[in-house]
Amino acid sequence: MDRIEYTSPMLLPNESYLVKDQNVRLYDGDQKTSFEGGELILTTHRIMWGRPGAIALGQVCLSLPLNLVVFVEEESSNAFTFSRSRKIVLHLNEASPERNEGPQPSSIYNYIKLSFREGLNSDIVSLLNDCMQKRKWEWSQTQPNVSTKPSLPNIKLRTGIAGIERSIQEKQKQTDESISLAFKDLNKLMTMAKDMVLLSQNISTKIREKQGDITEDETVRFKLYLLSLGIDDPVTRDAYKSDNQYYRSLAKQVVDILITPITEAGGIMALTDVFCRVNRARGLELLSPEDLLNACRLMESLDLPLKLYRFDSGVIILQLVSMSEESIAESTAEMLNEKGSLSSEELARLLGISVLLAKERLLTTERCGKSCRDDSTEGLRFYPNLLLKDD
Amino acid sequence: MSDQFEYPWQYNFPPFFTLQLHTETRAKQISAWRTLLLNYCKFSKTCTLDVREASHHPLLSNTSINRKLNTEVVLAILSDLQRTQNAAPIDKQRFRWEIYWHTLEEWGNLIYNHIVSRGATNSVLTLFELSQGEDVRDEEFFGLETEVLIKALRVLEKNGKCEVILSEDLQGVKFF
Repeated sequence: MDRIEYTSPMLLPNESYLVKDQNVRLYDGDQKTSFEGGELILTTHRIMWGRPGAIALGQVCLSLPLNLVVFVEEESSNAFTFSRSRKIVLHLNEASPERNEGPQPSSIYNYIKLSFREGLNSDIVSLLNDCMQKRKWEWSQTQPNVSTKPSLPNIKLRTGIAGIERSIQEKQKQTDESISLAFKDLNKLMTMAKDMVLLSQNISTKIREKQGDITEDETVRFKLYLLSLGIDDPVTRDAYKSDNQYYRSLAKQVVDILITPITEAGGIMALTDVFCRVNRARGLELLSPEDLLNACRLMESLDLPLKLYRFDSGVIILQLVSMSEESIAESTAEMLNEKGSLSSEELARLLGISVLLAKERLLTTERCGKSCRDDSTEGLRFYPNLLLKDD
Repeated sequence: MSDQFEYPWQYNFPPFFTLQLHTETRAKQISAWRTLLLNYCKFSKTCTLDVREASHHPLLSNTSINRKLNTEVVLAILSDLQRTQNAAPIDKQRFRWEIYWHTLEEWGNLIYNHIVSRGATNSVLTLFELSQGEDVRDEEFFGLETEVLIKALRVLEKNGKCEVILSEDLQGVKFF
């Protein structure tokens, strides 16, 4: 009760009237007070109580700032007292020392009650809670500041470098704030995503365990959901008991991912590119280079359409099984005949492959005797093997 | 034989000047170079070649396509020639080489056949007569370098077909 102060019922700037109730009595804690049968007005900033008609006349009334209210509850009606009145309890914070004078300078209670003789307007509790969440009284304190702030830097801007610096600082502060705001959301998203991934993994392991119980159709449908969430079911080491089995499944997955791009790239892809592409496709659960290499080594024994090949130079590639040294040599020799001569750079540009691979192609062609080299100060070039073809 | 040496098509093919890695190709390349080198020596009647000067040699560097044989390749060609006795190093460092478009044995036989056909056996001829003389103007060994001539005759000598006489005032040979 000591939080209540005398004020004028005039609304503050930004304050707005919400609801009014008649015949309300105030309680200090559990003690009845002499303030009964009055009008209660709820605004966005405070609760006002006055003798009937006093508020309308603008006379002094009692007021409780809403920023002191911690919690609002409705008192459960007592079965033994057949009173029509309903009460709500307002739990309060410590009063600020610089408050206005009130009707009661001190109180042992940390709460007050409002008793509604005419029955409770059911809106009032929810309105109170709403006000406490919105905390409009804080806006009224900050908003005037905000509105005066821009005018201040404007004046200071004219004072030269200091002004400019200040405005820059201001801007930085603003971006800083917006960035941290943005990342706040991102953090939330990330924690959510982690949960999602965990959930999906849980479910997919369950599916794996209970393969028999769930129909094929359902499994497929569930996997589709996961896919639409952007979470595929990456082959992970934990899911397999032995490394060998893991590598085997991995090899199959790598082939699935890469068969199209490798075919498009002319049948050959350097292992470094393979590594990048596979990990980009997986997104999560990245592979180590070693695992990838081990998986690729198994490809040939698994009869997959790709195989690992190591050039004499040590460059390791994945290539289509249908590609043989001869077919590489054949196609490259054709290009040589067409162009007269080629350096590895030129071939790389023509085929849209890396220089490294282009060079390997040319060397392979040379090894098959379908090209000959011209190693001069101008660099290494390859020509159709006229030396062998003639006579 | 025309006045102008006729270069083969390979001479303007840049890879011809790089030692090829492919075994078969390299064999073809070396054999093409052998033929070219021997033909060139026969045409210009030169028998010596210095490996160190290969980059300035009119045959071993083709300025029109800006390619030249490096020492390694020249040595590879010369070694191959040596294998068939068409060339021999003169010094131990294998810098200077003599090139025989006929092997020494062939040269010896050519000379001996000529002597026999002239009925000049059992007579003494100076080396100058044998390589520059009027009687041999139409023979292939006309203008042959003395060093090579002596080596060819030494081969004949070993077969007991002649005797080389090399003294200060007389350089001659007696055929049997």
